[in-house]
Amino acid sequence: MTDHILTAFDRDLADLAAQVAELGALAVSEAADAIAALTGADVVLAAEVVERDHRLDELELEIEERAIRLVALRQPVAEDLRRAMSAMKMAANLERCGDLAKNIAKRAMVVSDTEITPALLRPIARMGELVLKRLTAALDAYADKDLVAAGEVWSKDGEVDEHYESLFRELLTYMMGDPRLIASGAHLLFVAKNLERLGDHATNIAEIVHYEITGEQLTARPKLETLSR
Amino acid sequence: MNTAPQDLETSIARIDAAQVKVDVRGLDFYYGATQALKSVSLAFARNQVTALIGPSGCGKSTLLRTLNRMYALYPGQKATGEIVIDGENVLGSGVDLARLRARVGMVFQKPTPFPMSVYDNVAYGVRLYENLSKADMDVRVEESLTRAALWDEVKDNLRGSGLGLSGGQQQRLCVARGVAVKPEVLLLDEPTSALDPISSARLEDTISQLKTDHTIVIVTHNLGQAARVSDHTGFMYLGELVEFGPTDAVFTRPATRRTSDYITGRFG
Amino acid sequence: MTDRSNLMIRRRIKNIVFTGFCWAVTALALIALATILWTLVGRGIGGINPDIFILATPAAGSHGGLANAIVGSIMMCAMGMVIALVIGILAGTWLAEYGKGTAYGSVVRFLNDVLLSAPSILVGLFVYEMLVAPFHGFSALAGAVALGLLATPVITRTTEDVLSLQPALLRESGVALGAPLSLVIREVLWRAARGGIITGGLLAFARISGETAPLLFTDLNNQFFEFNPTHQIANLPVVIYNFANGADEGLRQLAWVGALLIAVTVLGVTIVARFLTREQGRS
Repeated sequence: MTDHILTAFDRDLADLAAQVAELGALAVSEAADAIAALTGADVVLAAEVVERDHRLDELELEIEERAIRLVALRQPVAEDLRRAMSAMKMAANLERCGDLAKNIAKRAMVVSDTEITPALLRPIARMGELVLKRLTAALDAYADKDLVAAGEVWSKDGEVDEHYESLFRELLTYMMGDPRLIASGAHLLFVAKNLERLGDHATNIAEIVHYEITGEQLTARPKLETLSR
Repeated sequence: MNTAPQDLETSIARIDAAQVKVDVRGLDFYYGATQALKSVSLAFARNQVTALIGPSGCGKSTLLRTLNRMYALYPGQKATGEIVIDGENVLGSGVDLARLRARVGMVFQKPTPFPMSVYDNVAYGVRLYENLSKADMDVRVEESLTRAALWDEVKDNLRGSGLGLSGGQQQRLCVARGVAVKPEVLLLDEPTSALDPISSARLEDTISQLKTDHTIVIVTHNLGQAARVSDHTGFMYLGELVEFGPTDAVFTRPATRRTSDYITGRFG
Repeated sequence: MTDRSNLMIRRRIKNIVFTGFCWAVTALALIALATILWTLVGRGIGGINPDIFILATPAAGSHGGLANAIVGSIMMCAMGMVIALVIGILAGTWLAEYGKGTAYGSVVRFLNDVLLSAPSILVGLFVYEMLVAPFHGFSALAGAVALGLLATPVITRTTEDVLSLQPALLRESGVALGAPLSLVIREVLWRAARGGIITGGLLAFARISGETAPLLFTDLNNQFFEFNPTHQIANLPVVIYNFANGADEGLRQLAWVGALLIAVTVLGVTIVARFLTREQGRS
């Protein structure tokens, strides 16, 4: 793609993309650390994660302001406009991811006091891995402007739901078995819910990537085959 | 659709035949030996505003000036192909040019008021073809000046010289003069290029209202203006029509790389 | 550093010398003009009295005026201007509107420029051959034709120039409304160029009002009042020519008065023309 005649315009767009990438990296690491804190009962790490969330909130506001300035001063159209809009939507999504990670970390701090069978933490860890993979893949698709990769993330939306369903049932069984475990079980239910929401955000990011590249919204779920041209 | 856009070489949207007012088919234009328009085909929709954009020298003004055969004033300029307005090919021989220009009016880049009173300016074209009583002419003049959003500013001084108005007012006078003969099509060649932003905005507002009664074609260098004012946009480059479609689609999802590069300021 | 200041000093000196030279030369021209006017006024003003405008030119020794010459000059200049305006405006219009870029137009323009600076005596000779010799008589008509031939190129030129200055868009605006080009020219372009065309006419008039040589060959003179254009009519330039070297002091005085009258007329007309041009420029 050729550069804008106004080189400052290209710089503005590049700066915006860089900030979104930074926010993405922060969100992923926050989520990873939160999950690790939970499965490793690491309260210190969990506290750090809660603290770090401030940075994500700030970064989201910066990105929003930058995008608005770009629209006001450059009057972008077509793909440039979609890029600016997408950057704002990405920031909102990633900030929510950060909040979800913060919630997981908070619950990790609570749960670390109680006794939880590793048998329960394992499926949570697996779900966490899947979600982190999806999130990373979606962010890579955004950075590379890879339409096919985004489509893959988007179409495998169901996997996370399946994990969530089975985890939900396991936790229910766990809680029904021993009433003293209901408290911790409830926390883990919320964690599972947060992970499922994180997975949804990865799907949202994939939709944003698709819109930015094609200008069309993803409404119906496509088959993988139709993605190749 | 899951294809990335901007992959096509050209993309011309079709307009429903019942909506077409002016149909250009295979238009070639020559300045002497140089070919300025290459087989241009597109349709202008009735009572809508179509904008023509493109870098300097792309042929958009040339195309505009074929629609009322203004080029006929200059020897050595020639057009071949068809331009069909309501079923009649106006490029044909035996077409009454004066009548054509009464049906297809034009407003130019710079205001060109005639050296006569405001009233006479507006009445000039009307007097060529119609024999109106003084009362009827007064009505027609007032109507035209109102539609050009100039009536309130000149109504107390219709006998004053047209040259005494400000630039923006003069241009609106030219618009009033153009619409006084009730043309079916109105051609605007960069009408706000000599005006300040406020006058430009007023004229753009006028254009939006005029389209209820006229089919309007506007050539503009100002992409924002094309986006604000038009229903359809055509992008031209080096004498060819590259892309044509609804304005919102062209400005949010252009179908060709060249159009996208031009409107995002990557070339031109 | 001294190099630079040397350069500046040299430059300043050159500047002063050159400017001074321009001033001096201008002063020279002004002095010449002032002297002429001074002489004219000095010699001529003494002879101004109502009789100038009432009595015809006298014979040597008697008392008279310049009335017939004044009337005659006005008549011939007017007739000449009519010819010049009609031909000149139409020709200038043709050159500007229809003849641009054509080979024929270039030829016409070139010939017009040649005529513009044609020696007036040659024009007089030409009209002599055409209108005087065949009819065996001088006449005011022939004089008018000669003056007209001198004035036409001026008007043609100024009309063409002033019309060419009109923006092409103005012409196109008229045509775009459906008016034929000839109508647009008549109703819009001529009106827009009105000031320039009038200025051209005034300048042409100023030129011919003092021409003597062509009149010598075509009209000569007449001592008495005469209003029939096929006969000879008195005119100021020739009267001045005849009286200037006259034996009689009275006649010489009349010559000076005549010269003063012509000078005042030309000056007045040129000032009006200049005033009109400034008006045009301002709008």
